[in-house]
Amino acid sequence: MKAIAARRHHRFAPVVLLALALVLTGGLYAALAPSAEGAAAPTTDDVEAGRALFVANCATCHGVNAEGRDGNPTLIGVGAASVDFQVSTGRMPMQLEGPQAAAKPPQFDREEIDQLAAYVASLGPGPAVPSAEQVDPALGDPANGGAIFRTNCAMCHGAIGAGGALSEGKYAPALAQSTPTEIYTAMLTGPQSMPVFNDANITPEEKRDVIAYLEEQKNGSPGGTSLGSIGPVGEGIWIWVVGMGLLIASAVWIGAKSS
Amino acid sequence: MSTVNRAAGGTADYLDQRTGVGLAVKSFARKIFPDHWSFLLGEIALYSFVVLLISGVFLTMFFVPSMTLVTYDGPFAAMNGVEMSEAFASTLALSFEVTGGLLMRQIHHWAALLFMASIVTHMMRVFFTGAFRKPREINWLVGFVLMILGLAAGFSGYSLPDDVLSGNGLRITDGVVKSIPVVGSYMSYMIFGGEFPGEHIIPRLFTLHILVIPGLILALIGLHLFLVVLHKHTQYPGPGRTDRNVVGYPLFPVYVAKAGGFFFIVFGVIALMAGTMTINPVWNYGPYDPSPVGAGAQPDWYMLFLEGALRLMPGTGTEWVIAGYTLSLNVLIPAVIVPGLLFTALALYPFIEAWASGDKREHHVLDRPRNAPVRTASGVAILTAFFVLLVAGANDLVATHFALSLNDLSRLFRVLFFVAPVIAFVVTKRICLGLQRKDRELVLHGHETGRIVRFANGEYVEVHKPLDQYERWLRVNYDAHRPLELLPAEDERGVRRKGYRRDALRARVSRFFYEDRVEPVTPAELAAAQSHGEHDALGGAEHGDPTLLQAAANIKPEHGGNPAGEVVAGPRTPRH
Ligand code: HEC
Ligand code: HEC
Ligand code: HEM
Repeated sequence: MKAIAARRHHRFAPVVLLALALVLTGGLYAALAPSAEGAAAPTTDDVEAGRALFVANCATCHGVNAEGRDGNPTLIGVGAASVDFQVSTGRMPMQLEGPQAAAKPPQFDREEIDQLAAYVASLGPGPAVPSAEQVDPALGDPANGGAIFRTNCAMCHGAIGAGGALSEGKYAPALAQSTPTEIYTAMLTGPQSMPVFNDANITPEEKRDVIAYLEEQKNGSPGGTSLGSIGPVGEGIWIWVVGMGLLIASAVWIGAKSS
Repeated sequence: MSTVNRAAGGTADYLDQRTGVGLAVKSFARKIFPDHWSFLLGEIALYSFVVLLISGVFLTMFFVPSMTLVTYDGPFAAMNGVEMSEAFASTLALSFEVTGGLLMRQIHHWAALLFMASIVTHMMRVFFTGAFRKPREINWLVGFVLMILGLAAGFSGYSLPDDVLSGNGLRITDGVVKSIPVVGSYMSYMIFGGEFPGEHIIPRLFTLHILVIPGLILALIGLHLFLVVLHKHTQYPGPGRTDRNVVGYPLFPVYVAKAGGFFFIVFGVIALMAGTMTINPVWNYGPYDPSPVGAGAQPDWYMLFLEGALRLMPGTGTEWVIAGYTLSLNVLIPAVIVPGLLFTALALYPFIEAWASGDKREHHVLDRPRNAPVRTASGVAILTAFFVLLVAGANDLVATHFALSLNDLSRLFRVLFFVAPVIAFVVTKRICLGLQRKDRELVLHGHETGRIVRFANGEYVEVHKPLDQYERWLRVNYDAHRPLELLPAEDERGVRRKGYRRDALRARVSRFFYEDRVEPVTPAELAAAQSHGEHDALGGAEHGDPTLLQAAANIKPEHGGNPAGEVVAGPRTPRH
């Protein structure tokens, strides 16, 4: 350490520093940037297994080579992140025709999902599944996440992600059950009516802040039961049911006491 | 003990000798109050207002009504470093730093919701029982103004914390004010002290909220209660109860004990809710900033009908540009004109009904709702319209919770707003008339007993048990107004009568109210039914119910002035 400190005024010092900085950013970029291969580079076996699963479960709609058919979208270039989101939330394989593909219990286990993702990722470059560190709520800043959430997400998902209605029967779901990875991949891929929030829009750090904010909502409300966090309408229903209900019952009781 | 008594007695005597208050207290304490649970609805409103005053004073100690921007730094980590107004920051401090502050905020807000809910319920009771009839029309108006002031108090309070939801509410208010032709934009500038949101609105609302509006409410509550004492309380129809007496208990001690106890029940329920149920979690909504709008942004329930009206109004084609000026009918109609009409009709209803019936007598016995079919039906129709608007104001929640399409819901509610009140009117009126007919039937023929008797000639009949005098009194003791007769357009000399057109309108309104009616059973009808009903008498031990004879003999007009509690058998004869 002393030796370095002594040479810090050396005329090559800025150059060395610059080089170091470049190496560091490059390394960080390589480590953090979404790459087509994803976090843990999948093997060709994974891709093959994924292909088999795909042909069996998805090809009827998406085409044998995921090229899309009959209005079902092509999956070439949607990336592992999209598959991970769609399959782990149970949206894919889609079942019921409806205003939007609904989340349901997932039909594949973790390994199969990774294989499917690996197969789709092998078809063309697209966003990868984020690493555990990228979605770690402990590393995020919930205050900043709250601010981002209020400007970018609350108009569809409600103040703290309790959900909201969109046009023609579509809806933005409640986010209480979403895992950090799902929150991240949802922003990255923009499923169905949700817009894509790419890394220029909301940086990876900010995405993590949003995750931290949403995780914090799971601690419950400081004011007591949250009444579903649906806002003043819920409160209005409760004042009539509980407040007026109890008081009218007592009034009847008091009235009956006399006669 | 005796010293305490002596001290109290001494003080009372001192006061009495100087103010003569003893007489007032004594006569007030002896005031008779009739008893019914629905007479406690107004008290819920009164007590929640008391709770509002107490908790409001507490909040005032800590709330900072200022729109100066500060950066939050406090115990609520999810807001650290966020820029906000002092109003919002002090609301966060109230919630997370002041001991008991969050409880007080929640007490204040739940009490506000309860205040409005009880006012509306109280108003419904007064409406459906006809308690607004002469001499209480003025007090109906006082109550109506209290309701409007309650809306104003709630709205101004809701806007104080300066969170995203309340800011959205103010934004809508700004839009509504601006939609008023010609003066709108000037008024908006006046209210906000410049372009929305400005820096003045919160201090201004604060003054209104803690000084002006509560002051007015307090004064009007005083007037309201004074008039109640002056007119004496109305009573439900029942044996011995007439327009000239009051049947009940003295104010002291029975009523005071009940009412005083009820205060604690009201306070207890509010405290229970405030202690366990979150209300207005402003920390979720965040500080106001004009850019974000959250899904599920709604006002408190008592303002929701306005939100609903705005949501239902079609936007396209309703904004007209006339000579370079925009006329926003899409806002003006739902937010100003429709509520204006509904509220005016509500305020003036006692006068409309009195005009239609031509009834100038005093009424102290309440109507059973079925005995005023058009009034009851109109009330249900107004409530239905109000309810459709309420649900429309929450259409997004209805859509998500019942998996329906928002667009379909809007179309449905647009139709329902016009159709549902009409259906509600017709159905309610028919139910009322049906119930009245059933009452007639019951008075004339008595209760079915299920006992079948066979006569010697082989005829089977069911034995009917005549009503006792209490039951009968309730069912025959009401007025069925008849439509006002329209005098001819010309007098006997063939000259056009002045005011004919007004009279014609009045006759038409009167027909609308009183064309369909079921007259109460008259003593003569009763006697006739009784004499042909020889069979019925078989069931009863005595031959011919003595109360009936009494009833039939009781055709003297007016037995007025019955002492409290005394039961008079038989139906009252019609007064005219
Ligand atoms: C019943 C037909 C159907 C089946 C089966 C199906 N999908 Fe889909 N999939 C769709 C439709 C339709 C969409 C478009 C959804 C939308 O945007 O509303 C879609 C969208 C997707 C997307 C998102 C594409 C994008 O643009 O990000 C992915 C990823 C996907 N499907 C993967 C799969 C996988 C993997 C399977 C098999 C496990 C599968 N799907 C099975 C119909 C189907
Ligand atoms: C235009 C409205 C809209 C906006 C803005 C929006 N979303 Fe969404 N979001 C949706 C819809 C619609 C879905 C459901 C998509 C589906 O079912 O495929 C969704 C789904 C999600 C899911 C998955 C929930 C589940 O049930 O699995 C997450 C997580 C999510 N959004 C997070 C966000 C975040 C974070 C933001 C802000 C950065 C955001 N959304 C902004 C509309 C929106
Ligand atoms: C007349 C009936 C009243 C009604 C209907 C009413 C209603 C409300 C409502 C709905 C709020 C928002 C509360 C929140 O969620 O934070 C509020 C805030 C407030 N009210 Fe009232 N209020 C009334 C009377 C009073 C009185 C008499 C006072 C004081 C003397 C008062 C002082 C306050 C203050 C200081 C706030 C802001 C504090 C905060 O937001 O936490 N209010 N009021």
